[in-house]
Amino acid sequence: MTGDTAPAYDVAIIGGGPAGLSAAVELKRLGVASVVVIEREREAGGIPRHCGHYPFGMREFSRVLRGPDYAARLVERALRVGVEIRTRVSVTSLKPGPQIDVSSPDGLATIRARRVLVATGVREKTRAARLIGGTKPSGVLSTGALQGLVYLDGLKPFSRPVILGTELVSFSALLTCRHAGIKPVAMIEPNARITAWRASRLLPGALGVPLMLGASITRIEGRAQVEAVEVADRSGRTSRIEADGVIVTGQFLPEASLLRDSHLAVDSMSGGPCVDQFFRLSDPAYFAAGNLLRPVETAGWCWAEGRAAARMIAGSLAGTLPEPTPRAGLALMGDALKYVVPQRLVAASGAPRTLQVRVRRPARGTLSVVVSGQNLWSQRIDALPERRILIPLDRLPIDLNGPVHIVFAEDKA
Amino acid sequence: MSRSHAQSGFDVAVVGAGVVGCAIARRFTLEGAKMIVLEKAPDILDGASKGNSGILHTGFDAPCGSLEQSCIASGYSEYLDIRERLGLPLIRSGALVLAWTEEEEARLPELMQQARDNGVGDVEALTSDEILRREPNLSRRVRAGFCVPREFIIDPWSAPHAYLLQALTNGAELRRECEVLAGQFDGSAWRLETSAGEIAATCVINAAGLYGDLVDQTLRGVSDFHIRPRKGQFVVYDKAAAGLVKSILLPVPSATTKGIVVCRTAFGNLLVGPTAEEQTARDEAVLVPETLAQLQERGTQIVPALSDIEVSAIYAGLRPATEFKDYQIRAHREINLITVGGIRSTGLSSALGIARHVFSQYLELGHAPHALTDPIWPTVAQISEAGERSWQTPCNDGVVCHCERVTRAEIEAALEGPLAPGSFAGLKRKTRVTMGRCQGFYCSAELARLTKDRLKHPMSGAPDDR
Ligand SMILES: Cc1cc2nc3c(=O)[nH]c(=O)nc-3n(C[C@H](O)[C@H](O)[C@H](O)COP(=O)(O)OP(=O)(O)OC[C@H]3O[C@@H](n4cnc5c(N)ncnc54)[C@H](O)[C@@H]3O)c2cc1C
Ligand SMILES: Cc1cc2nc3c(=O)[nH]c(=O)nc-3n(C[C@H](O)[C@H](O)[C@H](O)COP(=O)(O)OP(=O)(O)OC[C@H]3O[C@@H](n4cnc5c(N)ncnc54)[C@H](O)[C@@H]3O)c2cc1C
Repeated sequence: MTGDTAPAYDVAIIGGGPAGLSAAVELKRLGVASVVVIEREREAGGIPRHCGHYPFGMREFSRVLRGPDYAARLVERALRVGVEIRTRVSVTSLKPGPQIDVSSPDGLATIRARRVLVATGVREKTRAARLIGGTKPSGVLSTGALQGLVYLDGLKPFSRPVILGTELVSFSALLTCRHAGIKPVAMIEPNARITAWRASRLLPGALGVPLMLGASITRIEGRAQVEAVEVADRSGRTSRIEADGVIVTGQFLPEASLLRDSHLAVDSMSGGPCVDQFFRLSDPAYFAAGNLLRPVETAGWCWAEGRAAARMIAGSLAGTLPEPTPRAGLALMGDALKYVVPQRLVAASGAPRTLQVRVRRPARGTLSVVVSGQNLWSQRIDALPERRILIPLDRLPIDLNGPVHIVFAEDKA
Repeated sequence: MSRSHAQSGFDVAVVGAGVVGCAIARRFTLEGAKMIVLEKAPDILDGASKGNSGILHTGFDAPCGSLEQSCIASGYSEYLDIRERLGLPLIRSGALVLAWTEEEEARLPELMQQARDNGVGDVEALTSDEILRREPNLSRRVRAGFCVPREFIIDPWSAPHAYLLQALTNGAELRRECEVLAGQFDGSAWRLETSAGEIAATCVINAAGLYGDLVDQTLRGVSDFHIRPRKGQFVVYDKAAAGLVKSILLPVPSATTKGIVVCRTAFGNLLVGPTAEEQTARDEAVLVPETLAQLQERGTQIVPALSDIEVSAIYAGLRPATEFKDYQIRAHREINLITVGGIRSTGLSSALGIARHVFSQYLELGHAPHALTDPIWPTVAQISEAGERSWQTPCNDGVVCHCERVTRAEIEAALEGPLAPGSFAGLKRKTRVTMGRCQGFYCSAELARLTKDRLKHPMSGAPDDR
């Protein structure tokens, strides 16, 4: 295809999860004529397709649904309003234009659109990336893989695994196990407390799974299948737990490999794209929404974010969105801070100017927004990793003459 | 002679389907011998050949005048001769030997001389500026070095697959899950007792890699060497890292190891490793978190931008080292046995050369097969970044493993044919499914569906190999 071909679509959306699908529906509602969702799996719907448990859909459909039913409803709604969904099409590169290269069962093709929304979601950090030692038997799985095997294929890859992590998704893994008749033998958490909200603390107890806090897996044993894990406590004392699998949960990472290979700027803190408060990337024809922006939020949040991003894209097509420059970068100060999203602010009003901040470890202290030495906002926080902290920017008089600092002063222990 | 001994079964039984056994099966088959390859694992390449660096060495740093050096030289040139016909990739990366300290720098002239003595005459000394011009992402602390333009990157699995496939399509046989447990030589032929029944062959070649000494003990009662497994751990970085370096980055080698290498893979990733750690276990290469973290740190010292890139895989391999430096290849004339042992750290490069050398020893034993006049040249699937991949062509039936871009068509093809895998690990080595950054997060379910009832040892979850 040549460069002067007219764009085939007004908006191309990469990723048919909650964020991508809700954006597509909202774009149609706002009168955008041609919207395509490009999804590499056989079916759109994203991660909820294989979360065979509750609760999904409160915000979107005002009722409690299981993941697969929720995903099916999202797809159905999109099709009903005239969104084109192309499944089994993988985007392989993002280029200025915007132009995206795809691979489908028919081979390579190029798709041009006036705007592109990237909504490729998150995945879990692997055993390899965590440098967990030992041998490499089968039976070491992420929650995502486990859910796929259990809910999509009715398989039971092991019967007595350990679960590593206590994020929300770790409890998803627990529920998935229960569904498949798998009995986890322990839940192992390196931190001193559970990462997910405290109510979850009741769950493993209720299901009869011992919880080991302040412990880490130092070694996986087994030849063909996992036979045991070695677990070390804070003092380095080790014990051996017999198990036939390891579910390596959470520590989400944005699925940003497409961005890393492209002309678009990536934020090494969040792992997602650099965006301004209009969900706009360093190339203003590209937008992003959903968990690609940051690890990790619920389906409902991502769905709402997709809708909000759609409004920005419609504004951009109509020429009503503020210029992408001048803008100010946000700088993080404080060792416990993991990321802030958006990373850049454009001088404009009327956008969802909420900053989302996360910590990398449990921490207590005062979080502030400081511009040119002036403290504009502060709040005491008692934060755990993977829990959202929101800073309402719309009430702050921010001028963009210098960097905006997000400062976290931790309490002395 | 194959005719006169027809009743005794095969001319030659090769014990072990590592890269060396595969290359031997090919050479002997092309020369007209009736071959059988016996492998104890469910799939080929399950021993030392499972985890290496994937470098096609010139042998520039091999000991001068050694058997290893001559086998590397002839293996290297045969690979270049045959690779296109078999569909094997070649990434013409070249290598840089880098000195980071004064002592290392002082050794460079001696190493360059050794290279020239080994027939690698095109090495060229480089200043740090010249090195940084070639490799702008390298740490500025590099002092000096030299380039070895013909050190290349290959696919460590497709090469032995192709060798064995050519043997099989030209009449050789393969038995998997067939462990050689004992053997009797009756003065003219062998009767091998295996876990899958008895096999008769006139001659036996022991290419059992990490078990070479044990198989010799089983068949001869003694072994002339002892295997001392030497573990090598690696970290592999995601695709984004591969763009950071062009050449294979080699350190100044020490007496026992080539040292930590930074090197692209044929699949467009980047590896840092291997370590060299002696151990006694032959069947278990345990990954050690502290060591992996050190490799990561070493990688970042050499290429600082690696600090920002995710580790996508970790693995370890075992070298079949012995108490000797050189290969241990010996014909035991009186019992028609050839031992091919101690192929420790260069077997991928030298295998084709070893096979020629072993065949000449076979002729010396008095055998005289007739070479095939018009052998078949099968090709293996091209899964490296060096050529066009299935996902870039029509009728690929869709991508299944998104990280490594493996298509349904590639998986279907891999599940068919004489080398159809028996285990999920075997499928991974043929296609690279689940070996990328997500390690099966997205595609495990689809793979379970695709491989259902088609693997002798079905997948229970995604095994977490290289
Ligand atoms: C294992 C797991 C369990 C979870 N459980 C819950 C839960 O119980 N409740 C909850 O609220 N949240 C859960 N989450 C969080 C989940 O991320 C959100 O619910 C939600 O799916 C995020 O929506 P999204 O649209 O941002 O991304 P996703 O739902 O991840 O959708 C992204 C889509 O993009 C597609 N895609 C990616 N790359 C490409 C490409 N190159 N080309 C084409 N298509 C591509 C993917 O196939 C996928 O369909 C879970 C997450 C994981 C990983
Ligand atoms: C970390 C590392 C990095 C390396 N890097 C490189 C490199 O970059 N370039 C290079 O050229 N080389 C490299 N090598 C070296 C190369 O991998 C080895 O030299 C080569 O794999 C040895 O192959 P082999 O066939 O002799 O042994 P193996 O691969 O061990 O094959 C022996 C086979 O015999 C089978 N077997 C054993 N006993 C029996 C029995 N009783 N019955 C039946 N079957 C049996 C085993 O299951 C095995 O499959 C590296 C090696 C390592 C470990």
